[in-house]
Amino acid sequence: MATRQTQILARTLLAPAVGLLFVWMIVPLALTIYFATLHYNLLDPETEQFVGFENFRYFLTDPAFLASLQNTLVLVGSVLLLTVVLGILLALLLDQPVLGRSIVRLMVIAPFFVMPTVSALVWKNLLMHPVSGLFAWIAKLFGLTPIDWFNDAPMLAIILIVSWQWLPFATLILLTALQSLDEEQKEAAEMDGAGALSTFVYITLPHLARPITVVILIETIFLLTVFAEIFVTTGGGPGLQTTNIAFLIYSQALIQYDVGSASAGGLVAVVLANIVAFFLVRIVGRNLEA
Amino acid sequence: MARIATNRQVVISTAAAWLVGFLIFFPILWMVLASFKTELEAFAIPPSFLFFHWTTENYATVQERSDYIHHALNSIIIAGGSTLIAMLIAIPAAWSMAFSPTKRTKDLLLWMLSTKMMPPVGVLVPIYLIWRDVGLLDSLTGLVFILCLGNLPIVVWMLFTYFKEIPRDILEAARMDGATIGRELIYVLTPMAIPGLASTMLLNLILAWNEAFWTLNLSTLNAAPLTVFIASYSSPEGLFWAKLSAASTLAIAPILVLGWFSQKQLVRGLTFGAVK
Repeated sequence: MATRQTQILARTLLAPAVGLLFVWMIVPLALTIYFATLHYNLLDPETEQFVGFENFRYFLTDPAFLASLQNTLVLVGSVLLLTVVLGILLALLLDQPVLGRSIVRLMVIAPFFVMPTVSALVWKNLLMHPVSGLFAWIAKLFGLTPIDWFNDAPMLAIILIVSWQWLPFATLILLTALQSLDEEQKEAAEMDGAGALSTFVYITLPHLARPITVVILIETIFLLTVFAEIFVTTGGGPGLQTTNIAFLIYSQALIQYDVGSASAGGLVAVVLANIVAFFLVRIVGRNLEA
Repeated sequence: MARIATNRQVVISTAAAWLVGFLIFFPILWMVLASFKTELEAFAIPPSFLFFHWTTENYATVQERSDYIHHALNSIIIAGGSTLIAMLIAIPAAWSMAFSPTKRTKDLLLWMLSTKMMPPVGVLVPIYLIWRDVGLLDSLTGLVFILCLGNLPIVVWMLFTYFKEIPRDILEAARMDGATIGRELIYVLTPMAIPGLASTMLLNLILAWNEAFWTLNLSTLNAAPLTVFIASYSSPEGLFWAKLSAASTLAIAPILVLGWFSQKQLVRGLTFGAVK
């Protein structure tokens, strides 16, 4: 029974969180929009002036933008593909009767807890170094020429590092979902003579559809703004080969001090993220009804 | 009842699972091993796996040369501080939404979620300029504040889903017995909410500890937490693998342990309750 008093109390309790988040959302965003319409360079102060959509035109027609948009899509797409496919396989494997499953689980999810700067540097040096890295040694064992990862295949290197960090997340969520699958349903299918493959295609996969969607959406939101891994390994290079949108905006803002253009870029990033967010919010929202 | 697996199947799936698990864990293991090697051995080809001269001197050097403890303390203050403040703001809000929901509660929750979708890079410029103008660059206060806001939506969401699960009959019963709201909070709600509160805090600590966008952009030395400290090893002239490994091991060990305890909550927290 909600009395007037409890209603007032409820609103009061809600106010700080709502107020703070509102300010957090509105103020920086409004400033970003404002800066995006200015010619504003920190190296050249006191020359700010209104330029309308000039920054957007500059940012969107900059060849670096197209390159970084492409890199962003390649990075997000490849990591999604790798983590979801391997995640499904791994979740299926861990769902089998495995002795010491809890220990295997611990090993599998560990990379998720490693801070991005650590995983990037450990991979770059200890594993992927073209002379002294472990991969180079293994390649030589098989008589192959070691790959100079960060010169010859820098994007692939970043993709591998980021996938290693996110594979545990996909696996863990898909495994959780698998474990809630009704065993009897699978048994019934087997009794009816369904093979392992058709059980997987007709029973397991449909059951996983929703968690897979959730994994894809959440990973996309984080992957669109991968930053630290690029910052400590390639610095966006060689050339623009590993510059994604997040890194491009960072370098325009804090290396070239071009506030106007970086703000325009920031808004482009916000729009991209919102397209993904739109779908995620709908899925989660549907869940709230239940 | 689970299907009965033959011994053969168990052996095969166990072997496969352990192999894959080992491969995924290997980079971390390799890093920990390297942290106990001398610089020469860490760099050596062919690499030595276990039979090297074990030494702990890297750990001592890391502290001496680059003041590891200073950065570890920063990490603790930033992660702990932002988590505590976020909890203090989120608990009343989640409590209110779970126990006296209105028509707009759902929209409010979804709106909070949507603030989390905003890419940090979209607001990097204004935040950086504001921070510069009010002197918050490279300050612990500035980082605590921004990580707290960044994680607030997740905290509210997680707490909300936990509070939702507390049976409301119990509250009604307490009210019938004449309990005031204050007593209801302390004696009925709190004990039932503690597990949810604990797991929310845990997940938030992990996220804040590993946060590497704002920390890299808004701190340089004084307020630099471990994420930034480790990034300083990326400069090409300072390739000290054993020391990098020792510093990294120290940086991830506490959170790895916490993380292992919070696997279940992780799924729930990071999917906003969409997968339980």
